[in-house]
Amino acid sequence: MASTTAPVPLPERLTRIWETAPGLYGVLATVDHKVIGKRYLVTSMIFLLLGGAEAAVMRAQLAHANEQLLSPEAYNQIFSMHGITMIFWYAAPVLSGFSNYLWPLMLGARDMACPRANALSYWTFLMSGVFLYTSVLVGAVPDRGWFAYAPLTEAAYSPGLNMDFYAIGLTFLSVSTTVGAVNFIVTLFKTRAPGLSVNRLPIFVWGTLTTSFAILFAAPALTAACVLLYFDRRFGTHFYDPALGGSSLLWQHLFWSFGHPWVYIVVLPAMGIVSDLIPTFCRRPLVGYTLVALATVSTGILGFGVWVHHMFATGINATASSFFSAASMVITIPSAIAVFSWLATMWHGRPVFKTPMLFAAGFIVLFVIGGVSGVATAANAYDLQLTDTYFIVAHLHYVLIGINVFAVMAGFYYWLPKITGRMLDERMGKLNFWLMFLGFGVGFFPMHTLGLLGMPRRIYTYADGLGWGWQNMWITIGAYVFALGVVVFIVNFFWSLVNGAEAGSNPWDAPTLEWATPSPPPPYNFARIPIVASRHPLWEDRINEGTGRSVLETGPMLDKGRDTFGTTPLDAEPDEILRMPEDTAWPFFLALSVLVLAYGLLFGVIWLAAIGVVGLFISIIGWFMPSHEPTLTLET
Amino acid sequence: MATSANPYDLPINPARESNPGWWAMVLIIVTEGMLFAYLLFSYFYLGSMTIGPFPSDGPPKLELALPNTIILLVSSGTMYWAERGIRAGNQTRLRLGMLITLVLGIVFLTIQGIEYSHKTFTLQTNAYSGLFFTITGFHGAHVFVGLLLNIAVQTWAWRGWFTAERHLAVTNAALYWHFVDGVWLVVFFSLYITPYFR
Repeated sequence: MASTTAPVPLPERLTRIWETAPGLYGVLATVDHKVIGKRYLVTSMIFLLLGGAEAAVMRAQLAHANEQLLSPEAYNQIFSMHGITMIFWYAAPVLSGFSNYLWPLMLGARDMACPRANALSYWTFLMSGVFLYTSVLVGAVPDRGWFAYAPLTEAAYSPGLNMDFYAIGLTFLSVSTTVGAVNFIVTLFKTRAPGLSVNRLPIFVWGTLTTSFAILFAAPALTAACVLLYFDRRFGTHFYDPALGGSSLLWQHLFWSFGHPWVYIVVLPAMGIVSDLIPTFCRRPLVGYTLVALATVSTGILGFGVWVHHMFATGINATASSFFSAASMVITIPSAIAVFSWLATMWHGRPVFKTPMLFAAGFIVLFVIGGVSGVATAANAYDLQLTDTYFIVAHLHYVLIGINVFAVMAGFYYWLPKITGRMLDERMGKLNFWLMFLGFGVGFFPMHTLGLLGMPRRIYTYADGLGWGWQNMWITIGAYVFALGVVVFIVNFFWSLVNGAEAGSNPWDAPTLEWATPSPPPPYNFARIPIVASRHPLWEDRINEGTGRSVLETGPMLDKGRDTFGTTPLDAEPDEILRMPEDTAWPFFLALSVLVLAYGLLFGVIWLAAIGVVGLFISIIGWFMPSHEPTLTLET
Repeated sequence: MATSANPYDLPINPARESNPGWWAMVLIIVTEGMLFAYLLFSYFYLGSMTIGPFPSDGPPKLELALPNTIILLVSSGTMYWAERGIRAGNQTRLRLGMLITLVLGIVFLTIQGIEYSHKTFTLQTNAYSGLFFTITGFHGAHVFVGLLLNIAVQTWAWRGWFTAERHLAVTNAALYWHFVDGVWLVVFFSLYITPYFR
């Protein structure tokens, strides 16, 4: 209560309340969503570089016919790790990084609803990645592809720990993904600024929200698939063994029940990034906001009804194939709504092609190409010709690089000034874009034609005289140009940290709440909690939207503790104060315990697994132990 | 708007069913429920692919499983009774109800263990036997976690840390326990009852 008598200015008072403890303890115990978000971004970009290095080695091997750079075994390991790393440890976590950093800022809150769960989500992400890459040290790298089709992954055909790393590692990562998803949903329900009703949310928030629900419903399919695989491999069960009542297609059903929703999990927030960034650079609101929000949600839901289109060639019956083919085509409708909304926004606006906007525009081009090849592969008859060829490789890279990486780059150029307080260099940015865009086109477009010419995917080399050689060399050159673009980005990032122009709070003159905070934002985000009256709180005077005006400078202070508003789920009326938890190392110890458990299960060392389980329970009890002083009870 | 007045007139972290911790528990239950849904999908999928009898040695016997189901249902009732008790500030009901729930949960797991020992097949016999033990075993593991939560929360309850206003840990442990019971009904129906309809 000293704060009421001593004349300490508000920002300093709030900083004392909210800042993370110094030293090692603070590093392990922080629950600040901005710190966690930055860690997510950096860690996932390191995984991008690892996956990229693996791709570079693969492209060197494939550049010539009969190349001997890699043995078939080494190629299998590298191509598996490339897929696993990119799809699981880069594509979704990088978006979690943006969401973690930006959500409370966009929502006008001081933290996520469950800050400790947020820390847990990061630590389990990091440690599951460490677990996966210890396979390199042990010399038992997963080598049956990121899709791990049974029965090739069964113990009889894949001895060694290789695929155990896969099964346990992905289950471990699911903990992180699930905890993160729960936290985003609760955050949306509980901690929006007063007045920030659901019809005023940025599309990026809609994207991550949809993704989070999809994770809750899809991730358990992968967990079930991996648990059954682990049991088959280690305990001699027969789930994927047709000889004793199992089915190798069971793996594919479970894997793709997860896998296709996962595609939308790694693209919907990315589409949201572009939907929010285009209005800023076109100087007008998004055309068809409501339709785009609905398209986002409906894509997430439809994504659960299309998994069999990955299995057309498995001999599944024609009725089922037709149904899933039709369902897959329906997805074009919400996708087209989004594309036409972006185009209409650009058409009716005055586009300013700064680097973020260039990436967004490139994203739209690649989205359309990837979408068209997606329709092609959704058509059952056509797919039977294309499946397992390079056409599929082209399609999935147009989707994953086009719709994820390009949006992520746009997001970095757009929001890094907020995160670091420094603008990135525009000239390097343009160079970065053109290297990546042209390199991508050169590198990946010819994969369509190679596929049509019959080059199968997942092969480590090919015979001379098939007419594939020069195209493969061309692809390799394109891939290296693309990689050079990534290097330019890294140089630009570090160069701008030191030499970049000061960003100020709103360098792009953008409309949403995150730009109302200083760059970088203080530990408490908003000195006064904003009260929101429209979808574009910072453009209200200009576009004369709605009736009232948002209150940004004179709102409530909430300075008696780590407090933020708890608001109602739809209308965001404040109905309670949420006193947020202090720093705590329990999430770190919990994640560490899971890591110990994972190694115990991997090496079959019972006592090690037991230590992990005991650590797990101690951490959970320490975490949730209620304080018996009634005024200080902190739960979750 | 309430915010223009003193915001600290609003309650701080009230323990009610809209608290972030309560929402988080509900969502964890949703995703755990999906895990059972995918395991049961595997069961029905492999069943539909099997030529000949499934389960291979006929439908499982109900003589232990049916009473055990009733025991678990009763334990949900006692947990409900305990949780309603602390909402009214009744410490005795909370402590007694959770204690009975704990005992019933242990009885359930014990009977489950006895039933396992009567089985003529093992985890490795065939895909059906693997699924039987995996699905019931996963459920058993959830019961075990529910019991550990019970022990932790009960310890705090006997120390008198919960009040009519502050008892989120009790509410969440109860919610989880009801989920474990509810999912058993689905598992029981799928594994024990549907084979009689084939």
